[in-house]
Amino acid sequence: MNPDATPMEPLVAVEDVHTYYGKSHILHGVSLHVDHGEVVGLLGRNGVGKSTTLKTIMGLVHPNRGQVLFAGKTVTGLPAHKLARLGIGYVPEDRRIFRLLTVMENLRTGLDRHGMSETRKQELLDKAFAYFPVLAERRNQAGGTLSGGEQQMLAIARAMMLEPKIILLDEPTEGLMPRMVSQIREIIDVLHRAGVAILLVEQNVPLTLQASGRVYIMEKGVVRHHAAASDLNVDDAVIHQYLGV
Amino acid sequence: MGIEHILAAIPWDKIIIQTVNGIVTGMILALIASGLTLIFGIMDVVNFAHGELFMLGAYIGVVVLATSGSFWLALIIATLVVALLGAALQITTLRPLLGRDPLTTILATFGISLVLQNYALWQFGPVARKIQEPFTGYFTLFYLEYPWYRLLIAALSAAIIGAFWLFLKYGKYGVWIRATTQDRVMAEAMGIPVPWVHTGAFAIGAGMAAASGVLFGPLVGVNHTMGLDWILKAFIVVVVGGMGSLGGSIAASIFISLLEAYASIWASPAQAVIVSFVVLILTLLFRPTGLFVPTPK
Amino acid sequence: MPADLALQAPSPTETGQGGEAGRVIRTEGLTIRFGGLTALNSVNFEVRRGEIRAIIGPNGAGKSTFFNCLTGVLRPSSGRILFNGEDITGLPPNRISQRGIARSYQITNILPNATTLENVRIAVQSRRHSWSMLRHHGAYLDIIDKAEAVLEAVGLRAKADELAANLSHGEQRNLEIGIALATEPQLLCLDEPTAGMSTPETHDTMQLVRRIAKDLTTLIVEHDMQVVMELAQRITVLHYGEVLAEGTPAEIQQNPRVLEVYLKT
Repeated sequence: MNPDATPMEPLVAVEDVHTYYGKSHILHGVSLHVDHGEVVGLLGRNGVGKSTTLKTIMGLVHPNRGQVLFAGKTVTGLPAHKLARLGIGYVPEDRRIFRLLTVMENLRTGLDRHGMSETRKQELLDKAFAYFPVLAERRNQAGGTLSGGEQQMLAIARAMMLEPKIILLDEPTEGLMPRMVSQIREIIDVLHRAGVAILLVEQNVPLTLQASGRVYIMEKGVVRHHAAASDLNVDDAVIHQYLGV
Repeated sequence: MGIEHILAAIPWDKIIIQTVNGIVTGMILALIASGLTLIFGIMDVVNFAHGELFMLGAYIGVVVLATSGSFWLALIIATLVVALLGAALQITTLRPLLGRDPLTTILATFGISLVLQNYALWQFGPVARKIQEPFTGYFTLFYLEYPWYRLLIAALSAAIIGAFWLFLKYGKYGVWIRATTQDRVMAEAMGIPVPWVHTGAFAIGAGMAAASGVLFGPLVGVNHTMGLDWILKAFIVVVVGGMGSLGGSIAASIFISLLEAYASIWASPAQAVIVSFVVLILTLLFRPTGLFVPTPK
Repeated sequence: MPADLALQAPSPTETGQGGEAGRVIRTEGLTIRFGGLTALNSVNFEVRRGEIRAIIGPNGAGKSTFFNCLTGVLRPSSGRILFNGEDITGLPPNRISQRGIARSYQITNILPNATTLENVRIAVQSRRHSWSMLRHHGAYLDIIDKAEAVLEAVGLRAKADELAANLSHGEQRNLEIGIALATEPQLLCLDEPTAGMSTPETHDTMQLVRRIAKDLTTLIVEHDMQVVMELAQRITVLHYGEVLAEGTPAEIQQNPRVLEVYLKT
């Protein structure tokens, strides 16, 4: 990809978004952006609205106020299936793989799109199985029989089948063993090298600082801090304030 | 000594005849119930208009048969027309109600059923119509002359359900339907156009009900209330089989139909109907998630 | 995070009494397993009368499960729960409520079609009911007085006749606390009381909790660290179902293991 051709406007932009669940005011005016091909981290404690921010970008919830923009176009209010086809992949917090579908069928849900030739579909599948050999072994097993780590890999592979321009990762390392955590780290790198942007929601601070270019920190429904990852350190006061005790 | 007496007292011929009857009725019921359970499983809609889609299918069959003379054409056209009608109904009345209190969809489908019943009454009048079966012919089963057509109904219903099952398992849109049934939100996040999957599923369910109507038509008269008899049974079957479970509905359909058929050996058919209600109550008391589905942990 | 704010609350040794009588609630080896998952592992926990204790911990630490055990919603696999010295392990929620433990929930649990006063009055009645079916409810003046006093305590007296559905989110959460308060508990369990609130609403609720905590013992599960540090006299940190650390806010802030667990270093 020619770096000079990188568009100036961000790939995803969230502008002053207010999202409610019923009466509960979760996002109190969140603004952030992710540029093409960037890895951006979103840190914060439980309940601050990180997942809700991702769901708002994905169109699974709609904001009462504010805008969501994708490649310069306003997409606020569009349903999730349209956003998925535009190029947003979503890997939710509890993985949410289709438990009664096989691994293969889980992947197919992202493959059966307009204009996908059989060759192209096979290429994508081969790529997924190359990144995640364990999925190839279990391709005909029901999703619900996979271990937690395997389900996480399936959830990521499934999103990759959409050939997304950006993947929204919601706490991918939660509940995983350290060995799997480094595997997730590698996958983020691989996706980044392939030019896929990533918005990484995490509570694991070292991982996020290593993997991301920029980092946002949220508290109580707003972004409170924004810095380059290289400028931040686990021991910084800012980290302790918003993520520690 | 005693065993021979008991064996001799058992009316084997009647049991075999009723087994055949039970399976025939069971297969039609399975076809109706499959549509109902598909619709409930994918979008949590209790479709009270399902019996009327069955009835409309039968009437359209009557009309097409009268104009073209072909039973098979009647079956195909009735299925397609009612499927389209089902899609139209879902888009206009059920889509706007998505996410609301389930009572609203129950009322909406109930309203549709009333409209369709009275439309049929107005259009076709109160006198029952007849669909001529595509071929006559009997074989002798003990002391009865059993129509081949009845066996055809069972075979065709099984074929349609089988085709549907294959579609669900291997078809591209079949995977969409299964994914949407399991996790509507995640299916949407994978680019599956969930509102259209709902419409498609409703259309398929409606089409299956219509096909049952045409198949069943030759056995009884086609009139505007024929849906009512079947819809109650279909609901019982769906609950007993496990709501949303296709296999469960089929198993429950055959199970209940066989029980009723056997009961009518000793009781009058009107009394035999009690069997299905007894099974329903027992299911709700002891295994409310369904007799033919594994108990959730 | 200014540690000196925590000193504004009375320390437990001032209000607490010695020995068993001073311990309102105590758990011994509290364990609960769901299939292969051990959600709580041999938790030994105790709170002195009058204390405000916060329970914190990262995702999946077992905080809600702990509350569910204390309030009888879940039955522990092993271990004991002692309330005022009495073994209440395995009692159903209604019995536990009668003995004096009240709880507010994460997801608001009020009756939307009743007025604010009616919501609280129903809770008061559960404490002071009589079997007479003939007296008009308006005749139970003492119940209404009590309900109004509770509304006063949670700052909703002015909205007594407003339908609960019409209250703002913050007001509804405070009503939830009021309903718990109306059952005259000795131990009040608050489950994420400031969830979904704006900063000013959070501040109001914190004042509210400080006021009412004077006359009872309070347990709070919270994610908002500012609330925790300012309200709590002592903090218990749970991690993977075990007690990781316990101490004053200052002690917890300086505990390196706690920080490790939160930042995943």
